[in-house]
Amino acid sequence: MPDFVSTRRDVLKTGGALLVTFTLAATACSALAQSSARNKTVASDQVDAFLSIDADGQVTVYSGKVDLGTGLRTALTQIAAEELDVPLDQVNLIQGDTALTPDQGPTWGSLSIQNGGMQIRKAAATARKALAEMAAQRLGVSAAGLRIEDGSIKAGDRSISYAELVGGSTFSLKVDKDAPVKDPALYAIAGKSVPRVDIPPKATGHFTYMQDFRVPGMLHGRVVRPLAIGAKLENVDGSSVNDVPGFVKVVREGNFLGVVATTEWGAIQAARKLKATWSKWEGLPERTHLWEHVRATRVNSDEISSNVGNSANALSDAPKRISATYDFAIHTHGSLGPSCAVVEIIEGKITCWSASQAPHRLRNQLAAMMAIPLDNVRCLYIEGSGCYGRNGHEDAAGDAALLSRAVGGRPVRVQWMRADEHGWDPKGPPILVDLRAGLDRAGQVVAWESESFVPEDGLKPVPLVAATLAGLPSATEPPLQYVRAKFQNVFAENSAIPYTLANVKTVAHLLAETLFRPSWIRSPGRLQSTFANECFMDELAASVEADPLEFRLAHLDDARGIELLQRLTTLAKWQNRPSPQKGGGGIAQGRGISYVKYELGRTYVGAVAEVEVDRRTGEISVQRFFVVHDCGQIINPDGVKNQIEGNIIQTVSRTLKEEILFDRSAVTSLHWATYPILTFPEVPDVIIELIDRPNERPWGAGEPAATIVPSAISNAVFDALGVRLRSVPFTPVKVLAAIEGH
Amino acid sequence: MPTSVSLDVNGRAVTIEVDDPGMPLLYALRDNLELKGPRFGCGLGQCGTCAVLLDGEPVLSCETPLTKAANKKVVTLEGLGSPEQPSPVQQAFIDEQAAQCGYCLNGMIIQATALLAKTKNPSIPQIKKALADNLCRCGTHLRIIRAVQRAARNA
Repeated sequence: MPDFVSTRRDVLKTGGALLVTFTLAATACSALAQSSARNKTVASDQVDAFLSIDADGQVTVYSGKVDLGTGLRTALTQIAAEELDVPLDQVNLIQGDTALTPDQGPTWGSLSIQNGGMQIRKAAATARKALAEMAAQRLGVSAAGLRIEDGSIKAGDRSISYAELVGGSTFSLKVDKDAPVKDPALYAIAGKSVPRVDIPPKATGHFTYMQDFRVPGMLHGRVVRPLAIGAKLENVDGSSVNDVPGFVKVVREGNFLGVVATTEWGAIQAARKLKATWSKWEGLPERTHLWEHVRATRVNSDEISSNVGNSANALSDAPKRISATYDFAIHTHGSLGPSCAVVEIIEGKITCWSASQAPHRLRNQLAAMMAIPLDNVRCLYIEGSGCYGRNGHEDAAGDAALLSRAVGGRPVRVQWMRADEHGWDPKGPPILVDLRAGLDRAGQVVAWESESFVPEDGLKPVPLVAATLAGLPSATEPPLQYVRAKFQNVFAENSAIPYTLANVKTVAHLLAETLFRPSWIRSPGRLQSTFANECFMDELAASVEADPLEFRLAHLDDARGIELLQRLTTLAKWQNRPSPQKGGGGIAQGRGISYVKYELGRTYVGAVAEVEVDRRTGEISVQRFFVVHDCGQIINPDGVKNQIEGNIIQTVSRTLKEEILFDRSAVTSLHWATYPILTFPEVPDVIIELIDRPNERPWGAGEPAATIVPSAISNAVFDALGVRLRSVPFTPVKVLAAIEGH
Repeated sequence: MPTSVSLDVNGRAVTIEVDDPGMPLLYALRDNLELKGPRFGCGLGQCGTCAVLLDGEPVLSCETPLTKAANKKVVTLEGLGSPEQPSPVQQAFIDEQAAQCGYCLNGMIIQATALLAKTKNPSIPQIKKALADNLCRCGTHLRIIRAVQRAARNA
């Protein structure tokens, strides 16, 4: 029975000396070799947790934050190289390995530079200070008289290298929060558009994604999911797959069902051919009544995100009152490569390779599910296809763990198929927002109230599919380790508004239940809240025939925000006039603005969308986005621009096209034909202006620009047609209905 | 019943033994030959990440049976160039920093290579049309378009 390795030998045996520059087994070995550093500290108050310098002076950075395809590896390398004064190529980075890297929290929330990078900067600054002190002693001079260049510390014509000072040994130092960091005016590496180190191998097929990762002796697994989410597995006919070449085993544990084979194609064939019967289950609501269902769901508690003045009184006293409801559909992450993981179990110890954004959390979940001590689980991150939140990688790891256990701990690779990903990844939840506001006779907003209906779970670990199906535990984590700006529930973020009003009350109703497994997709809560708030702000401006940009400025008391909007005015060549514009013709053109101060405490983004709408077909074509972005100190300007472009284009896709379809039993959008995303001919141009503030702290750029997209488009459509789109996605059917109802 | 299929992959003659002659070319390239350029994205011919050149024409290897590639020339992303010596299209993608996760790059570069072989100076609409069936989830489209333009300029 050929397994993966012997199949490869077959190729060699038959004379095909194919050029393979990087064998997969070698990758596995290099990852395994990391275990030699078993005694390395991962305590995040220790310099050694983040940094080591070997005998050749090579610096290794250990990062708990991982590169999800954002360029983080390059940016963190820049931060460390800058602070230590070593060339970029003298810095390696190991990321997301629970045995080697400190737990810096999941890679989420646009915090990898802002928090993770700054921890690394502080560790490097502490190391630099200690190295200078050591050098001063060795050279017999005062530390003040030293220069540091290229990993060497110099006094006059004498010098001593980092390698000579600490090479191969540890610092054994606590991170000193007061260690002086470098003056940004002296930066030579940070703040520059350093090319990403991962792009040459990615462009040439030499990069090892998680989906490429192999270990010797590895078997291939596939999962067979229930036909209905809550269905019970009634019967499995194992004989239906006995003749599949390479078939090894059917694994059943409760309602968890999977197959293992020696070859990938064998596993795929076995999963397709396996005969299983499931009970009927129709526990989902009618999709056409989704919003009634959300509204009728029990509210467990409320989170009041802002409460200023007396909004109820001010609203009832206001001469002009407006109300509206906004909704945002259920979305899948839609990573282009479905989730994948490899797990092996040796003598009760689990090693899990996955592309999880949260290896430390995954470790907790696997330990709980497999009922083994935490110390016996090691999770290693290997970059996969793009990750925009908690998608299916953790679940694939759970699947691989159960399958590996069923075959005596042999390494098993689970690669989800497309339908597994669309059907079973955790979903961006349906969110509903009700808004009310009152204006005085001068056109100023005097009262604002909102109520949003959001999942209660916030950012708690999403249960592993395998654990749920098998009836095992998987979510053990006590409350958040995440450093929240203000709220326990992420979905309450940005429900409060960035404008200064006398009377405001914004409340998030935390719902006891949410369809599917709610999780976070590039910018949970802030995206939906900003959609509602910034469209509603536009409604208020239109109600008093004010220019929407000027109307925002009139309610804004924030110097950075005001500067940003002023720069946007110039960038987008904004003409001061109210919306809608009066225009005829089959193709209507419009422009719309949106503004966010992320979590009301960090990155500022303003944008203008320009759209064309076909009145006959209802199709919206987003022509271009102008974006002004202030995330404080910028580490890699091109990296930030890349993130902004991605945020805009991905969210244009979500806004115009995306919606998970389902029947009473399960998700029915199981591939790209039933869940279409934006394609090349539909992509808008994106014109970006970065505001760099080298002397400010750096904030995140991975998500904030996503939040302004739906409202900017909706406001542009209003400008074009005079109709208001309040339900994402803005499909042609909804546009036509809005025109019809106008 | 094992079957032997001979083909030329990136200029090398290879013979692959498979139990199922209907197995898609993708799995022969990835699993038997350990190539990493062609990627699994959907297995349904909907996303383009698995593209390879078959006798110079782009095909989706996830829905091309291995037997259809018998005695033909297959070129994968690895066959176009290497990190040390990238092809002009690969170099243009590197120069434009045209990647986020980069999972789609295989399909993009294969399609762009095929486009530029036939159309020397494609317009932006021609580039968009040529790449219309290739999905990118990260939103790297604008950089990819610029990379194809750059490759055309440098050709």
